[in-house]
Amino acid sequence: MKKILIIGATSAIAREVAKIYVLQGARLCLAGRDEKKLHIVADDLTARGAQAVQVLTVELTDPATHGDMIKQAEDFLQGLDCVLIAYGSLPDQHACEADAGQTLKELNTNFISVVALLTRLANDMEQRGHGVLAVISSVAGDRGRQSNYIYGAAKGGLSIFLQGLRNRLASKGVHVLTVKPGFVDTPMTVDFNKGLLWVSAETVAQGIVKAMDKKRDVVYLPWFWRGIMLIIKSIPERMFKKMKL
Amino acid sequence: MNVFQSWGRIPAVRQNKLFPEWRNTLSIEDRGSLLLPYGRGRSYGDSCLNDRQTICVTSRLNHFIHFDREQGILRCESGVGLDEILQLVVPHGWFLAVTPGTQYVTVGGAIANDVHGKNHHLAGTFGCHLTAFELVRTTGERLYCSATENAAMFKATIGGLGLTGLITWAEIRLKKMATPFMDSETIRFENLAEFFVLSEESDRDWEYTVAWIDCLAQGESLGRGLFIRGRHSEQLMSASGKIAKRRLSMPVNAPGFLLNQYTIRLFNKIYYRKNRKGESVAHGHYESFFYPLDSIGNWNRMYGRRGFYQYQCLVPLSDGQAIITRLLEMIAASGMGSFLSVLKKFGDIESPGMLSFPRPGITLALDFPNYGTKLLTLFEKLDEQVMQAKGAVYPAKDARMSAKAFQHYFPQWRDFSRYRDPGMSSSFWRRVTGE
Ligand SMILES: Cc1cc2nc3c(=O)[nH]c(=O)nc-3n(C[C@H](O)[C@H](O)[C@H](O)COP(=O)(O)OP(=O)(O)OC[C@H]3O[C@@H](n4cnc5c(N)ncnc54)[C@H](O)[C@@H]3O)c2cc1C
Ligand SMILES: NC(=O)c1ccc[n+]([C@@H]2O[C@H](COP(=O)([O-])OP(=O)(O)OC[C@H]3O[C@@H](n4cnc5c(N)ncnc54)[C@H](OP(=O)(O)O)[C@@H]3O)[C@@H](O)[C@H]2O)c1
Repeated sequence: MKKILIIGATSAIAREVAKIYVLQGARLCLAGRDEKKLHIVADDLTARGAQAVQVLTVELTDPATHGDMIKQAEDFLQGLDCVLIAYGSLPDQHACEADAGQTLKELNTNFISVVALLTRLANDMEQRGHGVLAVISSVAGDRGRQSNYIYGAAKGGLSIFLQGLRNRLASKGVHVLTVKPGFVDTPMTVDFNKGLLWVSAETVAQGIVKAMDKKRDVVYLPWFWRGIMLIIKSIPERMFKKMKL
Repeated sequence: MNVFQSWGRIPAVRQNKLFPEWRNTLSIEDRGSLLLPYGRGRSYGDSCLNDRQTICVTSRLNHFIHFDREQGILRCESGVGLDEILQLVVPHGWFLAVTPGTQYVTVGGAIANDVHGKNHHLAGTFGCHLTAFELVRTTGERLYCSATENAAMFKATIGGLGLTGLITWAEIRLKKMATPFMDSETIRFENLAEFFVLSEESDRDWEYTVAWIDCLAQGESLGRGLFIRGRHSEQLMSASGKIAKRRLSMPVNAPGFLLNQYTIRLFNKIYYRKNRKGESVAHGHYESFFYPLDSIGNWNRMYGRRGFYQYQCLVPLSDGQAIITRLLEMIAASGMGSFLSVLKKFGDIESPGMLSFPRPGITLALDFPNYGTKLLTLFEKLDEQVMQAKGAVYPAKDARMSAKAFQHYFPQWRDFSRYRDPGMSSSFWRRVTGE
């Protein structure tokens, strides 16, 4: 019976991951900033047959809350096997260009606060000598584009951080998974026109669970984004800078 | 605005979309555009469309709220599909009290059309098993509705075509079932009179009954077909009796000529003769019994780009046989065939909704490829008969009935209109009422 902490549990992708783990009989802690929404998710999982679900309401962007949250989760779960960090926000790029304050706020949500969280979680797991840390980054972090580079910078920074962390913990029995989804149809992307490359949160969740089980290092979801990003990364900067992306 | 079509693919409209996410905070007030809730668009015509206005898609209202495994009571959000409910409850020995011929509809859609199934003669409509729901209106009201609280709004919303407000969650009573398998019999009948005899005798001790008919047969054989009756089985088929998951799918539109008068005639003949001995028994999974069409994803594309119509009417039992005979004669004479023609006797359990379609009588449902004007003319003629007989046509399947016909079938529509949410409307409602 796995013991799982999901941070940002109201995310559409995280919810689908939780549903899969419920079917596997896992114990779950759901952390997030909005208590009412978290209870909607928890009730759903309970109706689906979850044996043990706990809600933890936390201001995730404030590192001072992290220690307590992790402790409560470990107490409830009686241990901790896996953590999924799913929260994130898609910034208004123009607003960020106009206001450094806004930019810093987005960097905090998508990068700095996650790093703070991972620092604690990593040390705990390192001490215990086992565990899986799965974190949702994004293909947007693979290359900076004018339309979305604040988000890209945060996710790119996060991916590099995870790479280093994985390297550090590889010999300590702790596994670090970087998840890089492409276009996913969720509330975050409600205003986008959906084309062929779009997939459901359910599809991405299946990919995440599989990657966690198989101890993969970096997964693109769906898989074809690895190829797409390979091409995008290979365009010489000289040309790339003139493209409208 | 995006282009939308319903299941029958007639008409195509442009409309905006809204995706409410969380039932506790959603608000649909003051949009500057008329709203219509939208489930999965499995209605055939325009009752789930809102041309030039906005639809409110419930796909994210897909949380379960509570499942009482002992009592068989389920509370869930309105965007939850009947398929998802079955997946959850069947392993615990529960089943839907009423299910339509496809499981890919939402709870909200099932309520708003007060849908019926093959057990109407014993169980009534979907609304008969509804204990409560919450309704959110564009006025900002949030109403808890049940048979005792906000009872008038409860009745108006059941079968209310999505016009009284957005149902956010609902609670339904499930029924106990021994196994996920069905025992069934298929019996060939030679004409309409035999259908009535079989119906009479089967409805007494079979939970589910329905008949498929060859709508192109004429004369002596008019109304011949296959009678199907079933019940939940007490026997487990085999440990590995699980049905293979999905399934064929129509990836693209079939060319329009694939379904024409000749292929349909052929299909009807072959299907009728498939039952050589005239009688067969089967033991199978509930999915193949209730949802044979669901095994082909997007089967509506079979009819090609031009789409298709469904005509489902209902006539009182008293002179039901005579009227159905006349309707079938008119259809056979027109030469315009239907692949799927279904006949079923409704029971006399009263539908709880103000505008619910089911009432005691015989219902006939037919699919027609879009033959254009001559088909619409045939429908008008069928309508005349149904109006005379004091019957009705099912709005969930309709893309064409006239305002006059609708108001004849549903004279209570003016009363109903008082409960309509002033900020809500549909293409269908504007077409049939002019409101
Ligand atoms: C293959 C097939 C077989 C069928 N067999 C049957 C059958 O045997 N018996 C039968 O009765 N019907 C049958 N139907 C019709 C189908 O059951 C109904 O049209 C059903 O209402 C479709 O549900 P939906 O979730 O797709 O809703 P939609 O088609 O999207 O909407 C239907 C109506 O519900 C309203 N609505 C949707 N959600 C809400 C909500 N949350 N709050 C308020 N209003 C809402 C909409 O405004 C609209 O008026 C069949 C359809 C198909 C495609
Ligand atoms: N959707 C995509 O196309 C896509 C692509 C690549 C990567 N991703 C990443 O996937 C992850 C999940 O997103 P999703 O698509 O599932 O979107 P989502 O359903 O909108 O979920 C976003 C989640 O982030 C939380 N959140 C946002 N801002 C926050 C803040 N300041 N403090 C705390 N929590 C905050 C939200 O909490 P509330 O519910 O409380 O608002 C919610 O749980 C994110 O990291 C996202 O960047 C998404």
